[in-house]
Formats: sequence, structure tokens, C-alpha cells
Amino acid sequence: MNNQIIRQKLTDKFGDQLAAWEEPYGMLTFSAPKEMNLKVLQFLFDDPELKFQFLTDLTAVHYPSNIGGELAVVYHLHNLVENIRIRFKIYTDINKPDVFSATALYQSANWMERETYDFYGVNFVGHPNLKRILNVDDMDYFPMRKEYPLEDQKRIDKDDEMFGRVPQTQ
Amino acid sequence: MSEHIKLPQGSLEKQTTTLNFGPTHPATHGVFQNIVELDGERVMDATQTVGYIHRAFEKIAERRPLYQITPLLDRMNYCSAPINDMGWHITCERLLGVKTPKRVDYLRIIVMELARISDHLICNSIVGVDSGAYTGFLYVMQYRELIYEIYEEVCGSRLTTNIGRIGGFERNFTNEAFQKLEKFLKEWPVVLREFENLFTRNRIFMERTIGVGPIAAERALNYGFTGPNLRAAGVDYDVRVHTPYSSYEDIIFTIPVGKTGDCYDRFLVRNQEMWQSVNIIEQAYKKVKEFKGKDAEVFHADVPEYYLPDKKDVYTKMEALIYHFKIIMGEIEMPPGEIYSAVEGANGELGFYLISDGGRAPYRLHFRRPCFIYYQAYTELIKGGMLSDAVITMSSLNIIAGEMDA
Repeated sequence: MNNQIIRQKLTDKFGDQLAAWEEPYGMLTFSAPKEMNLKVLQFLFDDPELKFQFLTDLTAVHYPSNIGGELAVVYHLHNLVENIRIRFKIYTDINKPDVFSATALYQSANWMERETYDFYGVNFVGHPNLKRILNVDDMDYFPMRKEYPLEDQKRIDKDDEMFGRVPQTQ
Repeated sequence: MSEHIKLPQGSLEKQTTTLNFGPTHPATHGVFQNIVELDGERVMDATQTVGYIHRAFEKIAERRPLYQITPLLDRMNYCSAPINDMGWHITCERLLGVKTPKRVDYLRIIVMELARISDHLICNSIVGVDSGAYTGFLYVMQYRELIYEIYEEVCGSRLTTNIGRIGGFERNFTNEAFQKLEKFLKEWPVVLREFENLFTRNRIFMERTIGVGPIAAERALNYGFTGPNLRAAGVDYDVRVHTPYSSYEDIIFTIPVGKTGDCYDRFLVRNQEMWQSVNIIEQAYKKVKEFKGKDAEVFHADVPEYYLPDKKDVYTKMEALIYHFKIIMGEIEMPPGEIYSAVEGANGELGFYLISDGGRAPYRLHFRRPCFIYYQAYTELIKGGMLSDAVITMSSLNIIAGEMDA
């Protein structure tokens, strides 16, 4: 089993709907349209050779400049028998961040999806209990998105020039 | 029942008790809240609340240069902080393409296995405390202290160690560090044997733990278990063997596995892992001692852009001064890339998903925190058991609040 075989099997099944094939640092990475995420995950889970049955990690990344696909949901899957890992991404519009939940396939996805919802606002359709997990329940924004910088850029109690920042116009 | 208890008109008769267990309860060993539904003393249901000590490390990391992220990681699994630190350095080195010298790798193995021992030590002795045996806990603490003294010799701090740098260690191991390590290797096996004698065939301990909080291998995998908890269920997955890092491939050791995945098996697996760790440290120390002459002085790789230069070079050499300034001010741009790198933490696979866009801080950094993922199975593990079994199950899962909430 190697990356070529996995790629071949996936292409045979899904054709050119899978895109963005890459191998950064040896890990096979690809993306699919967001409606297809469960189909791809199910195929990777069930196929007698692929057997990607261990969900290592599930998280999201915010790319504000990628219009129409600002939020990337990233799945890291592991075939423990062959000891090979792959990374699978889907991109979703930030204004309509509905993604099918993988909880039926992996129990471990439950809290990881809640965490992803908590920090990025990805709405996992079909999740049994989609509410905030690490942040307070009445928070009304998604703090890991890039529009929330860590420090208030407008604070004036520091001399901006000393800190290498562009002075704000008042 | 209703004929004896007069409830107000129209109220529903509730047969079970709701108990708020935590967040600061002495039996939870950390900030965990469980809202438990009890029928007498049997647990019918439990709902976990997590996030009490959430500190937004992933967000903070997006504004920090690589070397400043290490102190954050110390505060995740603080029972074995050096493993977190080393895991992070290894991730950075993989991203930057740095090759560390063999001596550094072996020294790292020594530190990481010491950390694993101290973590398992806490976990197993706390399981003992929860079953009513305080002696083991108090007795082994002096050896955790000895491990902390070794850390102190190596890096200057004890709990939140910030140990090592990208490329190696901040300074070479002192002779005192090696002397303390030798003392540890000499005395610890005797104590560990006694610790085992106290528990493994102890009737009370066995009755309290056998069959408590069991999980089958298939469920454990589906729940994302890793580390000793998965191995106790019978799956021999260990990152040290499956994806070797830091020259673990040069070391010969076995992965202990259990069968039923209950508290007793988890205890035994951890105990066996401590023996294996002693074995690993002995092998790594032997390899360290084989370096002679100039090779025995090597304690870091040659990465001037990320490894702080010697202080006396900073005062006398222009290049060292420039690098010193650039590193401290966080002005080094890292190569763009996307990497997932994992190490075998003391309680499971500790992963770092790092995305760099070529800037000075990570574009995105996500931690795969093992106990956050497997704590979800807690309800399933304790359902139908006694409340006191729920306490012992929690401590035997080795859930660390700092790591779970990140």
C-alpha cells in the first residue's frame, strides 16, 4: 500500500471530483466537494484494502482570501494495519458552513466536531449534540477565525512605531 | 413508593438522583465536571463539561515565533511536559528539514522516557489512592522528585520544563545529570518492583479494578483511543514503533498489551511500560556513553537561524549577534508547508498539525490532544457501574485537564 495505490483507488471510484492532490512531507492530501465528504469517508472506511478506520484528527482552517471556500475542514485518517496516513480536506463557504457530520462513522468525531464548531462555526449537519465545548455557551462569535486578531490593533497605550506597527488613523 | 412520599400535585415522580460531580471535587484530580444521573449508587448517565481551563493556546500560537510556543505546550500535559516539548521540536525540525545528531536523539529519548515514567507513576499511584491504598502514592513520589531533579540539571526547571530547543538542547547534560540518572537507574527498578508487589496481586485492588470501565478494542478504536488505554484493550499501536522519531528505531523494546481494556489492564500496561522505559533509558544511555572525544560534546544540530548562539559569541561575533537578535525578536521567516507530526505522549498520540504560510508565526497550529478525544468514551465506560467505579475509571484513563482543554 502506498500513496499511488490509494490515489488510484480513489480516482477509480470518484473520478475527477477529487482534486488538489498533494504530498506535503509524504502525506497524501486531497480535497473533495463538501457534499461528498461522507461518501469519501465511507468509501475509505469500508474498502477492504484502504481501511482508513481510525480518525486521528479533525479540525478546520480559515482562509479568508479563498472566496467561496473560506473554511477548510481537515480530516487526518490512519490505516493502522498498513500504517499509512492521509489528509482529506473539504472547503465550505463561510456564509453557509453546512457540512455533513462524520459522527455516525467515528464516535471520536463527536467532540472534535463540537470543537471545530466552537472555534470556526462549521455547522455539522446530523451531529447529535452540536453545541460549544471549550468556550462559554453564550459566546456569540467564532474566535479562531482570522478576523479576530489576538491583540486589539487599535489600542493606543503603546507607541506603535516602537512595536513595528502601522499607526492607526484616528 | 408514591404512597409514602407525597409529591406536589402535577409534579413528575423522579426515580433517579442528579449529582453534580465536580468541577473541583477531590476525587476528580483535576477540573472535570460530570453531571451524573444516579439510581441508588449506580450510574445511569453522565454528561461531561469540559473547558474550565481553556486558555486558547492554538490562537495564541498564531502570533508567536516557534520557540515561544514551547512554554504553552508545557502547560498541556504537565505530568510529562518534556514529551510535549520534544514533540514540538521534532515537528519544527521536520518542517524545517533539520537533521539532529544521534547523540541529541538519544538524550531526547532519555528525557522523554523519564517523563513517561513520571506520568505513568502519577497515574498508577492515583488509581491506587482511589482504591484506598495511599502508601504507593507517597512511596513513589520521591522517585518522581528524582526525575524532576534530573530535569532541573538539564534545563533548570521542574514541572513546566521548556526543555530543549529546535535542533537539540540548550546546554549539554552535566555530570550531575548523568550521576542522578545512574542513581535513578540503580534504585528505581527496586522501588517499582515493590510498587507492583503492593498492587498487582492485591485482592482489594483486583476486586476494585477488574472488569471496571472496560472497553473492547473495536470501540476503543472508534472512540479514537491511543496510548496505554488503547493498548490495554489489545491493540499494539505505538507511535514510537509505527512512525519512529528521535531514533527510536535504534532501540529494542516491546509494546505491552492488555486484553479487556478495564482499569486493571490499564494499570498493568502502564506498569509494564515503566519497565520498558527503564530498559529504553538504559539502552539510550549506553549509546550516549559510546560517544567519545568531540562527539561527546555534541548537544545540538547546526541550525543558526533557530538555535540561539552561545552568549560569548553574541558579544564577540557579528553573525551570532544578528542571529541572536533575529531569533529573540521573532524575525525569522519559516518555509511554507503543512505537516502533521505525532509523538507517543504518556497518554496517547500527541499530534501537531502545523500550517505555515511562510510567515514568522504558524498560520494554523492544531494539537491532537489524546485525552480530549478519548474522554468522550467516559459515559460509555461508567454506565451501569457504581459511582466509586466512575472515580477509579477516570483516574485510570489518565485524563489531564490542562491537555484536554488546551
